[in-house]
Amino acid sequence: MAGIVSYGSYVPYRRLKRAAIAQVLGVPATKGERSVASFDEDSASMAVEAVREALRNAHGGAVGALFFGTTTPPYAEKLNAAIIAAAASLPSEIRAADLTGSVRAGLAALMQAADAVGSGTSLAVAAMADCRLGAPEGKAEQANGDAAVAFVVGSDNVIAEIEASASFTREFLDSWRAPGERFPHSWEERFALTQAYSPLLGRAIQTVLERAKVAPSDLAKVVIDTPNPRAIDEVARRMKLEPAKIADSLALTVGQTGTPHAGLMLANLLPAAKPGDRILVVSVADGADAMVLRVTPAAASYKPARSVGGMIESKGDVSYGNYLKWREILPTEPPRRPDPERPAGPPMFRAERWKFGFVGTRCKACGTPQLPPQRVCVKCKAFDQMEPYSFADRTGRVATFTLDRLAYSLNPPTVNVVIDFDGGGRFLCEMTDCEPDKVAIGDQVEMTFRRLFTADGVHNYFWKARPKR
Amino acid sequence: MASKGIKDRVAIVGMGCTSFGEHWNKSADDLLVEAAYEAYKSAGVDPNDVDAYWLGTVGNLSGLTLSGPLKIPYKPVTRVENFCATGSEALRQACYAVASGAYDMVMAIGVEKLKDSGYSGLVISDPPNDGTLGSMTAPASFSLLAPAYFKKYGLDSDKGKDVLSRIAWKNHRNGAKNTKAQFQKEVPLEVIKNSPKVADPLGIMDCSGVSDGSAAAIVVRAEDAHKYCKNPIYIKALSFVAGPGEGHLSPDYDFTTFPEVVASAKDAYAQAGVTDPREQISMAEVHDCFTPTELVLYEDLGFSKRGTAWQDVLEGFFDLEGKLPVNPDGGLKSFGHPIGASGLRMMYEMWLQLRGEAGPRQINEPKLGLTHNLGGAPGRCVSFVSVVGRNLG
Repeated sequence: MAGIVSYGSYVPYRRLKRAAIAQVLGVPATKGERSVASFDEDSASMAVEAVREALRNAHGGAVGALFFGTTTPPYAEKLNAAIIAAAASLPSEIRAADLTGSVRAGLAALMQAADAVGSGTSLAVAAMADCRLGAPEGKAEQANGDAAVAFVVGSDNVIAEIEASASFTREFLDSWRAPGERFPHSWEERFALTQAYSPLLGRAIQTVLERAKVAPSDLAKVVIDTPNPRAIDEVARRMKLEPAKIADSLALTVGQTGTPHAGLMLANLLPAAKPGDRILVVSVADGADAMVLRVTPAAASYKPARSVGGMIESKGDVSYGNYLKWREILPTEPPRRPDPERPAGPPMFRAERWKFGFVGTRCKACGTPQLPPQRVCVKCKAFDQMEPYSFADRTGRVATFTLDRLAYSLNPPTVNVVIDFDGGGRFLCEMTDCEPDKVAIGDQVEMTFRRLFTADGVHNYFWKARPKR
Repeated sequence: MASKGIKDRVAIVGMGCTSFGEHWNKSADDLLVEAAYEAYKSAGVDPNDVDAYWLGTVGNLSGLTLSGPLKIPYKPVTRVENFCATGSEALRQACYAVASGAYDMVMAIGVEKLKDSGYSGLVISDPPNDGTLGSMTAPASFSLLAPAYFKKYGLDSDKGKDVLSRIAWKNHRNGAKNTKAQFQKEVPLEVIKNSPKVADPLGIMDCSGVSDGSAAAIVVRAEDAHKYCKNPIYIKALSFVAGPGEGHLSPDYDFTTFPEVVASAKDAYAQAGVTDPREQISMAEVHDCFTPTELVLYEDLGFSKRGTAWQDVLEGFFDLEGKLPVNPDGGLKSFGHPIGASGLRMMYEMWLQLRGEAGPRQINEPKLGLTHNLGGAPGRCVSFVSVVGRNLG
């Protein structure tokens, strides 16, 4: 039976305290803080983090499909899943698609992955990420958060079987955004809550539990992902669920992350789940998707390197002013420097493995790793004796560094570091997600896939260093 | 394998140098014409006497940039570019052309008109690329030297900053005595040390300025030199190397040296017969684009032993009155860095000093001078070193 083989989650490093928004705008503050994608992140780059983490723990066959769910795709036309596949060094023979238009695209991606496995694909990846905007002073700006999650689905070494699923689709007006608009609109809340979300949740849950032949009392945990948190209380009451069984909505620590949210809540509870546990996951928006998972004995020995909880703990604040600049809600004085030039198509095509996969070379004659890829060895000068060598998962140490205050950045100063990789290889690059005044020679760093800038509508993705999280 | 050099085979018999600064009312054409005509006059020659030209400039793509404004009548004009060492590269090519016997008299000239761009600092654009090249600014690239040097030789950041500030202070002090400099004022140490940060630990006063300027030299065979002037200066060595960029690829490089400079200095000293540069070189113009560059250059050029240049700095060894004055004209720090002109501007100071024409900056009886020009960044750069002298032999 198809099920989850591995998973990876990503919560960006920065947090915006809701009180900090309220203080600037003079609006009522809600509790807690929300996660904020950095100025150099977007849905695709965050999804890459989650997918890489998930793939590290996936075994048993080739990845044959990748589905990317998001309502905030970096490109409206151009396959965003292809960026993720390239950055995760997935094979080119792969079915890949972007699923978008609704935050329900997250569970839709997971279901598509399961269907692909059901029809013979060894492993299928479901990635989901969002970096949603809310207009200043609105509820969504405070309530939302940014995150990504990914699941590798397969039929061997499964840690959580998908016992049953159910999907409903309804046409109704609650939340919408036209092409070209930055902020979503929403209808009056009571309408969707009473006429759409509550009835849809009820039907989806009833149907999926019947299909799985599971009673509500048999459930160990319930993940309810809804745009309106009041719907959760109503479902819990109707199903007579103990509050402890309701999964943490992450509202106080991360925020409502949209497309990845159901998956993120699931990833958050999986480490504590016990073999035999049944988990109900339901997501409602423009309809509803639901599934029942059964945790297998294999889950007991599954050890993810990163957990949602760990990601929530690893954080640094961003001011509301910087948040507004990062999202380009607040225009700023342009620098007295030329605009960055868009990267060129043919060189990017030639350098796909390097630029997206961070694959360098190693000299077969002397064993020296080097990056970017070389033809003549820097050490022994052997000619064309190179083999591909990935630096994406290698850690390194800062050899020297500088804080560049002249370079244009949405988050000055730009921290540049010279990294010496464990196992060999040196690279000079930008360091992100760090506190500039704390950077020191000898700091341990790891690599992260980021969007450096956008020019002429071309997003320039490449890798940066960050302090090990 | 070594460069053989052309010691004492060619001589500079005339030079010109515009003032460097914000020439809002002068174009690159104006600056070229002024530097060229000053050089013609200095050598006492007619423009028609010059057989060929080498133009160093980064902004323009052909010899027409020079032949047009000077109305050079159907003669070879070669435009050269080699990063920030462009001006020195023009001189090197010109000298070799004379030494080869191909021409009797040539001119090397460099120009840059930076203040028209409207940008802060230097801007050099890359060819179409894959977007992975990074975009470090020049001060950031060179500031990588500072923490590495401080750590290696046990200087705390405050002491390190004192050393860097002392270098800028010395160069501005020299520039204050130079009417052609962009900045002709001494700057107090405290102002330098506390200047606003550009690329930590470098402040704005650790950086050379942005200016416009042009400089030119007329080169002939050494045996012809006295036909044109009583006191020519003789080329003892010209060395130029381009590094393989190992510093950005290999952890062996520790950002406390420029191996390219070490190689070009070694080559130049061999050509010139210099065995003890700290004792034999009377003065030097070096590429002080940023203060840590000059600090590291002292060691790479063999003026100070490894790890001791900072002590020499604090003891005034490189001051105008010191044992080995460096950047007596004020350096890039006082002149700014109009790229194509800088290497020839350095040579212009050698021309003045070796001929006893440096006025309030005059060094007592200098015999051998060195110019050093660098382009690129620590780990990946080109380096030029020349040695010039007052006498043959």
